[in-house]
Amino acid sequence: MTAVASARRKRTGKPQEIGESTANQVKGTSKYFVLGLLVVLALYAVAPLWWLIVAITKSTGTIYTTNGLWFASKFNLFQNLHDLFTYQDGIYSTWLWNTVWLSFVTSAGAMLVTVAAGYALAKYRFYGKTLIMGLIMASFIIPGTLLTVPSFILFQKVGLYDNWWVMILPAMFTPMDAYLAKVYAQGAVPDELMEAARIDGAGEYRIFYSISWKLMVTPAATIFLLHFVAAWNSFMWPMIFLKDYHKWTVMLGLQSWIARGTDSQYDLTMLVITGAFISMIPVVILMIAMQRYWKSGVTIGSLK
Amino acid sequence: MTHSGTLRRKQSHGIEESKPRHVPWRVIQALKGSSFTWIYVIGFAFFVITPIIMSLRVVLYSEKKSGLGLGQATETFVGMDNLVQALHDATFWTGLGRVALYSVIVVPLTQFVSLVMALLIDSVKAKTAARFRILLLLPYMTPGIVATIIWIYLYSPTTSPLKWTGLNFFGSNMVWFSMGQMAFWAGLGFNMLIMYGSLQSIPFEIIEAARLDGASEVRIAFSIKVPFMVGSVTLTTLLSIIGTLQLFDQPFFFRSISPQTITKDFTPAMQIYNQAFQVGNINYATALSLLLAAILCIASIVVYTLQGKVNRA
Repeated sequence: MTAVASARRKRTGKPQEIGESTANQVKGTSKYFVLGLLVVLALYAVAPLWWLIVAITKSTGTIYTTNGLWFASKFNLFQNLHDLFTYQDGIYSTWLWNTVWLSFVTSAGAMLVTVAAGYALAKYRFYGKTLIMGLIMASFIIPGTLLTVPSFILFQKVGLYDNWWVMILPAMFTPMDAYLAKVYAQGAVPDELMEAARIDGAGEYRIFYSISWKLMVTPAATIFLLHFVAAWNSFMWPMIFLKDYHKWTVMLGLQSWIARGTDSQYDLTMLVITGAFISMIPVVILMIAMQRYWKSGVTIGSLK
Repeated sequence: MTHSGTLRRKQSHGIEESKPRHVPWRVIQALKGSSFTWIYVIGFAFFVITPIIMSLRVVLYSEKKSGLGLGQATETFVGMDNLVQALHDATFWTGLGRVALYSVIVVPLTQFVSLVMALLIDSVKAKTAARFRILLLLPYMTPGIVATIIWIYLYSPTTSPLKWTGLNFFGSNMVWFSMGQMAFWAGLGFNMLIMYGSLQSIPFEIIEAARLDGASEVRIAFSIKVPFMVGSVTLTTLLSIIGTLQLFDQPFFFRSISPQTITKDFTPAMQIYNQAFQVGNINYATALSLLLAAILCIASIVVYTLQGKVNRA
């Protein structure tokens, strides 16, 4: 896949430059029109985030009275951060930590399980393979909403209710990921290489962790990233399955603050705004750092 | 054929474990290979298949709690009653109608504007978009719930920089626009860059040939680029319409600000949540889930079938 993508890039790389010059000769004013349109779009994309950055530096008073798009005279960011991390004995840091480790463990688990499964489905012939593939493909059309209520009954019976595992385990077996890993393994792991390793005396497990695993870094990283973002962002699931608020995730906690609004005359608005900003930083950093993976993930997804 | 052969050998391997000399290496290889899937298969069976099967049973029963709901619940078999009630539930159909109308407008509109923007960028200059890329992708990188929180405050009459407009963004006339605008904001830049990416993969020779034949940029866009994109854009649009029918998080957050407008049964997913976890009628909530799932499954099957037909044609 990577090979195909880079070949495509190479193929289009050079002619593009020619195309560019031709286009530029044809277009004069419309170039500036599109440029202007892009500037407007970029402003539209950034403005709400700019508002957030400005808002976290304000105080409970000035947030209501000053212009939303510019800073107030008093810089209140450090007070807000202090309030956020000390409110209710620092419950926010508990939520943040829960979200961090739960997202990490969930996505690492999902990555290991689905990459291994996809690899075997692509590279081995064994009894039951057709059935497994059939079930995976069939479950694509099952909407997530169907699973929520019966899962609730099931998890209550087996003791998963209000338990950390309820956040980790169910997310690890997504059919789409196993399919993605399978499609990728078909193209990325050559049979000849596996055969050569066998002749050299490597066992099947050795082949996986010494060779095949390294050829599947792209789908693995994609699955990791998509799960991390999904886990970070999950809201309905923890709301249903986590009762004890010490186990909550950031998003659930923020919603509870919004719903409460004020806590015995103490306005929670600044806490929600500051908390929302802090909670997006790890995800944005991860997304920027792993840009090439989620883009390739989208490409693989569209190929199916 | 080969599969059933493998089966017989594998089974015999299981029974005659004490005589390993009869086990050919091919069987061991298949067994080891299949072992990579075991954890996945167990998890998939427990977390995906089991709930589906359970829902088919739960829907046939009704639960009555004695006393104040603290006593032992008694289960009675009611057959298709729950499903029939769900089929005649006006609240469900109204909610579904609401989300359907919403997604049929917002999703295609986002895709359409993204496509137009992608075409514009592609026809003018290849490198311009790259300069704006990170800025345009920021909404996509923002976690959805954080985006919802930001927009809630941007719509709020007390904190909004838009309060001079005098619009009530949470009013019953505006609330769908408010949510749609939010979805549009979150999706536009990302969709646009994805489409721009696939426009780049159109073989340059074709476009150059058209240009030499005297086709204008507009003509090239409509006769080459749009037909090239239309299949994948249609599929994405239809699938994300189906996904949007399960809308829950955004209206749920809006409800904490404006409970009068966003009722507890505003969307089908919210109604299911309310029935199951507020009212406590798990059996009826399961019936509603199955009904919604059936509608979405049929829609997906239709989309995939049409897609297959178009691809073959």
